[in-house]
Amino acid sequence: MAKTIIPVGPYHPLQEEPEFFKLHVEGEKVVGLEIEIGYNHRGIEQLCEQKTFDQVPFVVERICGICSTSHPIACVQAIEDAGDIKVPERALYIRTVIAELERIHSHLLWLGLAGHFIGYNTVFMWAWKYREPVLDICEKLTGNRNHYAMMKPGGVRRDIDENDFPWVLKEMDKLVPALDLFKGAVLDDPVIHARLKGIGVLTKEEIINYSALGPTARASGVAIDVRRDHPYAAYDRIDWKVITCEEGDVFAKAVVRILEMYEAASIVKQCLKKMPKGEIDSKPKEIHPGDGIGIAEAPRGEVYHFTRSDGSNRPARHKVRAPSFMNVPTNHIAAVGGTVSDATIVLAAIDPCYCCTERMAAIDNRTKKTVLNSQDLIRLSQEKTERIRKQLGK
Amino acid sequence: MKILFQYIIFPGFLFTAIVGMIASWIDRKVTARVQWRVGPPILQPLYDFIKLLGKEIIIPKGASRGTFLLSPVFGMSAIVIVSTMLWLVILSPENSFTGDLIVILYLLVIPSIAVIIGAFASKNPLASLGASREMKLILAYELPFILIVFIPVIKAGYTIKLGELLAFQAKNGVFLNHPSCIIAFIVAIMCMQAKLTLVPFDMPEAETEIMGGAYIEYSGAPLGIYKLTRMMMLFVVPMFLVIMYMGGIIFEGWHILWGILKYVLLLVIIVLIRNTSPRVRIDQAMRFFWRPMTILAVVGVCLAYLGL
Repeated sequence: MAKTIIPVGPYHPLQEEPEFFKLHVEGEKVVGLEIEIGYNHRGIEQLCEQKTFDQVPFVVERICGICSTSHPIACVQAIEDAGDIKVPERALYIRTVIAELERIHSHLLWLGLAGHFIGYNTVFMWAWKYREPVLDICEKLTGNRNHYAMMKPGGVRRDIDENDFPWVLKEMDKLVPALDLFKGAVLDDPVIHARLKGIGVLTKEEIINYSALGPTARASGVAIDVRRDHPYAAYDRIDWKVITCEEGDVFAKAVVRILEMYEAASIVKQCLKKMPKGEIDSKPKEIHPGDGIGIAEAPRGEVYHFTRSDGSNRPARHKVRAPSFMNVPTNHIAAVGGTVSDATIVLAAIDPCYCCTERMAAIDNRTKKTVLNSQDLIRLSQEKTERIRKQLGK
Repeated sequence: MKILFQYIIFPGFLFTAIVGMIASWIDRKVTARVQWRVGPPILQPLYDFIKLLGKEIIIPKGASRGTFLLSPVFGMSAIVIVSTMLWLVILSPENSFTGDLIVILYLLVIPSIAVIIGAFASKNPLASLGASREMKLILAYELPFILIVFIPVIKAGYTIKLGELLAFQAKNGVFLNHPSCIIAFIVAIMCMQAKLTLVPFDMPEAETEIMGGAYIEYSGAPLGIYKLTRMMMLFVVPMFLVIMYMGGIIFEGWHILWGILKYVLLLVIIVLIRNTSPRVRIDQAMRFFWRPMTILAVVGVCLAYLGL
């Protein structure tokens, strides 16, 4: 029998980003999976090397629209690690607040999309409606709904106003009943149980073998969380717990994310109550030569940034690893063996973010040598831009 | 001439299309309000249809041209015949003929069959997948659906004439007063949802899984006709249940309003189910219809046989 391929991507109503999953199917059953990404490579790492340390957080902020503060946090931590920079206490608390607000809105976004993927559009619309107040809080505190531009090496760029705290606390209290609503609607619905339980199961061993991260790992009972294991910002000064589930199926991933939102809301409230007064920026003047590593727990898992300073005002090398890079390959296990109907929600259950994951290397198939390096790619891209400009007559 | 008028204008094509569009608008508006959206203006279904008529028709390479283009028309004409027959019976029960119930049961399957034929003719793997799902869905819901249609037939003294079913209800009260028919009605609502391929039984088109499935290759006017057929079905299928279990519509003063309310009630139930559940898998749908629904339908038939 000839193999039939069901394409999910590069343009598909399932996910809004360009990605390509080739599902090899027999009837409705998925027997094989090929993952192709690389449609949206932007050369961020190379770009970072052309910016000053002050500008790099802005560039990495653009890696992802949803984890738009996890990347800058990891990045500034890498720079602070390289330059041995102290960060004022108040700045650490502000970082925590923004990171947790981001976690809430990211998880709500995933919850809505997951509802949409299984045809439950009411959950989609409701989740996104309750995401709005969270974005409003972000706007009130930072000035932006997304891409907050708050992080800088040595602290934060902007103080948050004490007068806003009562309003924010009130909004956070209002969010909890909404979360209860989703908990009830999602966790007690028999049809959702029938649909999500027992599909896309990842066992503890598979998670460890694939080094999966974040909620994907925690749903399988692997309690890894950078916030607890390598505390950064103010997480070691706050009372919170790591949420885990044992089943490892799509339902467990939904449970982990919903319960994490409660924790995040509680962290935000504690931070606002305990927020110390004082400086927000230690104003570092120079970064001495050295290497630095910064890790942060993004809503999707661990974000890793590495930076190397050669004593100048630019990083000699900046390296990024987004959590989806580790999580996407687990689809090889999770999606194969299920049906096409399940495959779509399983592919989306890791909350993938392909733009963060894009990387590219041009390799000659015969000699196995790299043909194009990053400089060549930049040159090609600039030439193409010139060509398009000429075509447009500008 | 009279028959042609009945088929094309009232109560056939034009009337069904208009009421179907209004029903579709109600569906979309209520759905939008439930989801905190504003919803479309009342003429939106009409705009959609007219716009689709003016769009380019693309026929995929290797598709069976005639079958591909004709199957939408095939499905729509069947549903128009059903609507004509139902309304003639509602207007006056004498317009019924022996066995019209059976004819309607057959004709109600044809839109789904047309979708299957068109999908296979389009030679797209996703469309074939959608068509195979549609086929399984028909196999699943037809069994309980036919069983529950028997129940009013048994109650009315073994008649397969719609007119007599209506006359019986007018004399002895609606069938919905009997426990057996209440069971039948519950099963009928689930079957109706599957017949209309709405959530939770919309897997033949499932946009996030197989990108519209059976409809994927359709564009322009044929797609418009499919959409129109879906709107008409939103009107015709609940109307069939109104006649079977709720005594139809009696054209006498307040009874007209009461009759319309019966239809609106069914429409609201459809919209509510559609907005409060996720899509199930095709194997789960088959299990659902073949186990609990069929058992319920058989219980209903037994109760009806015992005279309850």
